[in-house]
Amino acid sequence: MPDATLLDQVKDFANRANPYPVYAKLRENPVSRQDDGTEAGTWVASNHGAISSLLHDPRVSSETLPPADRPRTGNPLTDLIVKPLKDWMMDRHRVFIFRDPPDHDVLRASVMHQFSRERVQAMRARSERLVADLLDEKRGAREIDAVDDLAYPLPVTVICELFGVPREDEPKFHGWASQLATALEPDSLSDTEIRAANSRTFDAIGGYMADLIKEKRRHPQDDMLSGLANEATPTGAKMGDYDLIATSILMLVAGHETTVNLITNGLLTLLRHPDELERLRWDPGRAPRLIEELLRYEPPVQFRTRKTLSSIDIAGVTIPEGADLVLLLASGNRDAAMFPDPDRFDPDRAGIRHLGFGGSLHYCVGAPLARFEAEAALTALASRLKAPRLIEDPPPYRSGAALRGPEHLRVAIDGIA
Amino acid sequence: MSTPADASSGSPPGLRVCVDLNLCQAYAQCCYAAPRHFRIEGHEALFYDPAPAAQDRADIERARVACPVQAIRVEDPGQAS
Amino acid sequence: MAPGSTTERAVVVGAGLAALRGAEAMREAGFTGALAIVGAEPYRPYDRPPLSKHVLIGETRPDATTLPSSLGADVDWHLGSSAERLDRGSRTLHLADGRALPYDRLLIATGTRARPWPNPHEGRLAGVFTLRGRDDAAALRAALAAGPRRVLVIGGGFIGCEVASACRQLGLPVTLVEPSPTPLARVLGGTVGAFIGAIHAGRGVDLRCGSEVEWLEEAEGRFVRAHLTDGTRIEADVAVIALGAVRNTEWLDGSGLSADPGGVDCDAAGYVLDTDGQPDPRIAAAGDVARFPHPLYGGRRVALEHWSQAVAQGIHAGRLLAGANPEGPYGALPTFWSAQGDVVVKSVGLTEGADALAITLGEPGSGRFVAVYGQAGRCIAAVAVDSARWLPAHADLVAAGAPFPPDGAATDRPSKGIMVLAPGFP
Repeated sequence: MPDATLLDQVKDFANRANPYPVYAKLRENPVSRQDDGTEAGTWVASNHGAISSLLHDPRVSSETLPPADRPRTGNPLTDLIVKPLKDWMMDRHRVFIFRDPPDHDVLRASVMHQFSRERVQAMRARSERLVADLLDEKRGAREIDAVDDLAYPLPVTVICELFGVPREDEPKFHGWASQLATALEPDSLSDTEIRAANSRTFDAIGGYMADLIKEKRRHPQDDMLSGLANEATPTGAKMGDYDLIATSILMLVAGHETTVNLITNGLLTLLRHPDELERLRWDPGRAPRLIEELLRYEPPVQFRTRKTLSSIDIAGVTIPEGADLVLLLASGNRDAAMFPDPDRFDPDRAGIRHLGFGGSLHYCVGAPLARFEAEAALTALASRLKAPRLIEDPPPYRSGAALRGPEHLRVAIDGIA
Repeated sequence: MSTPADASSGSPPGLRVCVDLNLCQAYAQCCYAAPRHFRIEGHEALFYDPAPAAQDRADIERARVACPVQAIRVEDPGQAS
Repeated sequence: MAPGSTTERAVVVGAGLAALRGAEAMREAGFTGALAIVGAEPYRPYDRPPLSKHVLIGETRPDATTLPSSLGADVDWHLGSSAERLDRGSRTLHLADGRALPYDRLLIATGTRARPWPNPHEGRLAGVFTLRGRDDAAALRAALAAGPRRVLVIGGGFIGCEVASACRQLGLPVTLVEPSPTPLARVLGGTVGAFIGAIHAGRGVDLRCGSEVEWLEEAEGRFVRAHLTDGTRIEADVAVIALGAVRNTEWLDGSGLSADPGGVDCDAAGYVLDTDGQPDPRIAAAGDVARFPHPLYGGRRVALEHWSQAVAQGIHAGRLLAGANPEGPYGALPTFWSAQGDVVVKSVGLTEGADALAITLGEPGSGRFVAVYGQAGRCIAAVAVDSARWLPAHADLVAAGAPFPPDGAATDRPSKGIMVLAPGFP
């Protein structure tokens, strides 16, 4: 077996609980070629400057998905006619995190138009209520699982309410979301079994969304999906059905698979820094700063992939045209040139320009929602959990290297206030 | 020493906000954090209230820390830092 | 750590953005001596950009833009009194109100004032405005709020375009007269100027490019109409003179420093030069008034009226005067923005001397695009219209003097590929 590259070590589940020493080794070369068996190789950007620069570089493309290739069924009619058509549709209507301008901009602007300040503000108050209810349910408990009891159900409920997914249908999304989130894990794209499972899942969730969109057209309500399905976009056009399905799937999956990690990583970090937990308990006004530092210190999305459209000279190397890029956001967040004493968790740092939500055109759409949900959850946990202690440290992790976070976070408590 | 003309009002000292609009890239995080004080006009023209009232300091602080390019500067004369 | 001994006295002449950031930087760099700030206006330092935008449409009060500051109570403010004369021999600054301030270190940041209408009588008519300070903005705001029949804007630079946009936001008829073939032609060239002019025309600004106002007619002391050189008349109640700025350097006459209406000369470090070309190590300058050799542009002397320049050079000069050794000559990449209604124009670099222009991203027809300016095969500047996200990448090209035009595949290239055009400077 050839030597494992540093990128292999990033992906290696053995490093999931603490990937940061591997990132530190990667930062010895801000941009490095990692052998992946191809001629171009995969290029990893690991310091803040290189990542920021590549995020803002128009020669860098987000269209990283390989062409759609749905599994064959054995039915010649399906395989010869339906499959190519469906593959073609799939390629044309990618979710917009995998698309470039100008198409990306049109789709994203439509979403942002519906993701209004009023809707987000309403969800801020709603998050606080949901957190209170979820913690009330655990009153009397001597142990909680921060994931199952709060960090997962909170953002899931919020995104479903925001989009107008009926509450009773919400459980269907759990499996769909975790399956489709694998699209952000680099190796899954070359794994035919995962890709086949993703195709089937996309069909299932796509079918569900198509029906829901029909329903929203018949009976529009005050939710984002109704808005997207019925109202003109800022540019005047209405989003086509396939783009609408893809876009709502993207939002719902993102709502299921990211904020959970922010909240869980947040509580884990606070339990590892009891002084900060104590300060938050007495001063909830510290939450916004603390959450930015969390987004730096333990970001829910550790890296994103890109492709080069032209060769790029950067940090003393030349990335060739057509190369795969890994922008190691979580490593840039630990760059000492940007953040003195980077491995220290310190909410009082000045001017935290973290990469936790990415940057430039693809900056996380749901960032404001994630911030409000995390603020609601962490301030309530700090003030209501009595004498919280970690039962396992490190906790068990989910498989993802890109979307990284604990599978469970068991916390012993003396009760809930 | 002369008295600055704008120190004459009797209300509690408000905040002073200034955004470096060279840095601003219209991420609009401030607009979600403090919707009564920041908004985007058109594609990327940020409008902000340079003089928010003191009681809005929590939202202004949310906006300040959330800015991805750290372009928001705030002075809070009523709050010793 | 603290290079400034406690007995030394620093005076900052000017009370705008550069002055404020300079004074803060002096303190932050450890200067603990007496610090005085002299301002001609009776106000603490305030931010000017809102004055030509949201102040005019009534969204921001003129007195709301006082700048945030880290300065404490240990500053002696001399507001409402302008500097009148500098005596370097006795190291004394004389103010118009008769006071004299001794100094050991002096920061010159007196900025600019609006260039007046050449006919002083016409310039004083009721209904004729210039726009530079907070009082100017308050007066113009009141005139716009009164609902004039039409507003005449004389001059199609950034301020002229911003005022015209504000008028359209208020629903007021507005005519903009500019001698060049397009708005913004002097700074951005006629090609980009035409693209931006089309946006304004589309929003109802009556553009009269290639025209000049010859004289302003009055009735009972009020401006009533303008006469253009081609014989056309424009009936309006308000005229805004937007002919650029004049630097406030008259108070330096007789000081032995090298200064004229184009600015006060500095060396590469930021110290002010005397008329023999020797730096005075006690005096630095910053902001609009400072004319300095820019390392990115072959040491050409420039005085930049940019917000970012006021901040960066103010900080540089403050550190210099506090005795903190700056890292090399001052040479921040010039950056600029202008919000014209809801359209944002941002630039990096200096366009002067450009011999070619390339539209590299977006589509001018869509109102969103990036244009790169080239000189002798190198990128020297870039302008982004409603495309701020792409500007940092272009700042890198300009800072590196990358080959022009930029080539290679990229996202969001114009549908016809990169278009190389003449920049169209007058």
